[in-house]
Amino acid sequence: MPRPMTVTEKILASHAGMDEVRPGQLINCRLDLVLANDVTAPIAIKEFRKVGVESVWDPERIALVPDHYTPNKDIKSAEQAKMVREFAREQHITHYYEVGCMGVEHALLPEQGVVVPGDVVIGADSHTCTYGALGAFATGVGSTDAAVGMATGEAWFKVPTSLKFEVTGELGPWVSAKDIILHIIGMIGVDGALYQAMEFTGDTIERLDMDGRMTICNMAIEAGGKSGIIAYDDVTAAYVTGRAEREWTVFSSDGDAEYVRTYSLDASSIKPTVAFPHLPSNTRLAEESRDITVDQVVIGSCTNGRLEDLRVAAGILKGRHVHPHVRAIVIPATQKVWTDAMHEGLFDIFVDAGAAVSTPTCGPCLGGHMGILASGERAVATTNRNFVGRMGDPTSEVYLASPAIAAATAVAGHIALPDDLD
Amino acid sequence: MRFEGIAHRYGRDVDTDVIIPARYLNTSDPDELAAHCMEDLDQDFVKKVQPGDILVAEENFGCGSSREHAPIAIKASGVSVVIAKSFARIFYRNAINTGLPIMEAPDAVDGISSGDRVAVDADTGIITDLSTGTSWQAQPFPDFIRDIIEKGGLVAAAREKVGK
Repeated sequence: MPRPMTVTEKILASHAGMDEVRPGQLINCRLDLVLANDVTAPIAIKEFRKVGVESVWDPERIALVPDHYTPNKDIKSAEQAKMVREFAREQHITHYYEVGCMGVEHALLPEQGVVVPGDVVIGADSHTCTYGALGAFATGVGSTDAAVGMATGEAWFKVPTSLKFEVTGELGPWVSAKDIILHIIGMIGVDGALYQAMEFTGDTIERLDMDGRMTICNMAIEAGGKSGIIAYDDVTAAYVTGRAEREWTVFSSDGDAEYVRTYSLDASSIKPTVAFPHLPSNTRLAEESRDITVDQVVIGSCTNGRLEDLRVAAGILKGRHVHPHVRAIVIPATQKVWTDAMHEGLFDIFVDAGAAVSTPTCGPCLGGHMGILASGERAVATTNRNFVGRMGDPTSEVYLASPAIAAATAVAGHIALPDDLD
Repeated sequence: MRFEGIAHRYGRDVDTDVIIPARYLNTSDPDELAAHCMEDLDQDFVKKVQPGDILVAEENFGCGSSREHAPIAIKASGVSVVIAKSFARIFYRNAINTGLPIMEAPDAVDGISSGDRVAVDADTGIITDLSTGTSWQAQPFPDFIRDIIEKGGLVAAAREKVGK
């Protein structure tokens, strides 16, 4: 019998061709998917050329998603996107997403069934950890790791130790998955899970839909985590059925698996949370942050740009108007989210409220385009990072929050809860 | 390999957005990236850094984005080695893969001040503050990673593996 293992250890062992692995062990894993975007793929392509192979290991297992600066924001970014496009054509990459079918990568790939439960995925983007929501091991790497992954279909890993976050109980009004993960990052810090796998369990997590689960796993990296993971269950099954383009494998943690630490959280004690500049761990309660006035609100990104996020925001903006001093920008994360939101009438609500609706892009989340902040300006954003200069000028400020808090803030002109509104 | 230069010391959680802001990520040219290295943390960094200089920082250096532009910018700016109390994991991999020497040495970080002249022997892991005469031993790399470094980085190791 192999030793008791966590879901992360089991996935890694299966992809390393081993019966068991232990934390700290250095292993070589077979990859199911390698991802890169318009910022990271150009360097990956240059490095790929140096490996000494003519073709990628499998053109169906590489995803190239130009999403950061697309539709191209300037000539230089157009050149980068062109390089990715030409490489995709040359290598017959099946999962290349041009503007028009492109979406924010970590919303797009699960939605399109490209990532499936039990996968090992590396992506040249730090938020690749999002796919842990599907019960996959997924981690961000740099361009060179992606290049070698594209060439060989393999990558080396140090088997991480695991942290367990057991969240139980009912969430209070206006408390969402975003508040859970901001609360956790505030509790353990931006390196509180450094090099570790964060496993989220408990009845509160089990009741979350897939959009919420992705929000949580998406921000594992903001605690320094190597990966975030939520075990496969009925919610996962319902999500991937009819969507997954490959067969999947179900892994789950053994009851006596080893965790370096278990955190037990009472969901009813978590309140709407805002991360103040300039770290995602700098959290405060939204109800104690009403003195923060804002110039811009961004609702979107790989963290909170999915349909359920837009529904929550629309529910608050319906019949109300964005504060005259605020620019509100809504960015559906994918074309499917975009069309679903349009057909549900959400765009009418956003536009009637005075918000701008954008085509899918990472855009302002990383200070790329579509909503850059001037000196001294403040934004509340449903995104994932609030580092110095993240959304524009180095003196600007980003406050991270849920779609509900962001929408209420857009109306109030300062950080607000939905119940504050008339 | 031996490095010697002036130490530039920073705090904890130096993220990749301040190492190389996203507004410059529309290029991957090392010299262009180097011109903006550390810009949002220390605007004077590129003016004062000299070839061989040493970056010293506290915990979680390189946290945030996976952008390999960060170690590329640091290396192209002339920095010879980064010494930190700890590194964020993607940066750690990227530094090894791109050939930017890094060392984990918490005691050395506590002992080195900005402006000190520091010597680093990357083979033995011995760090010496020449301004104060104090020496420390950095944590050695695991053999597996040392092997990648000695082969000249991940691409060189992969090239060997595919037989070219």
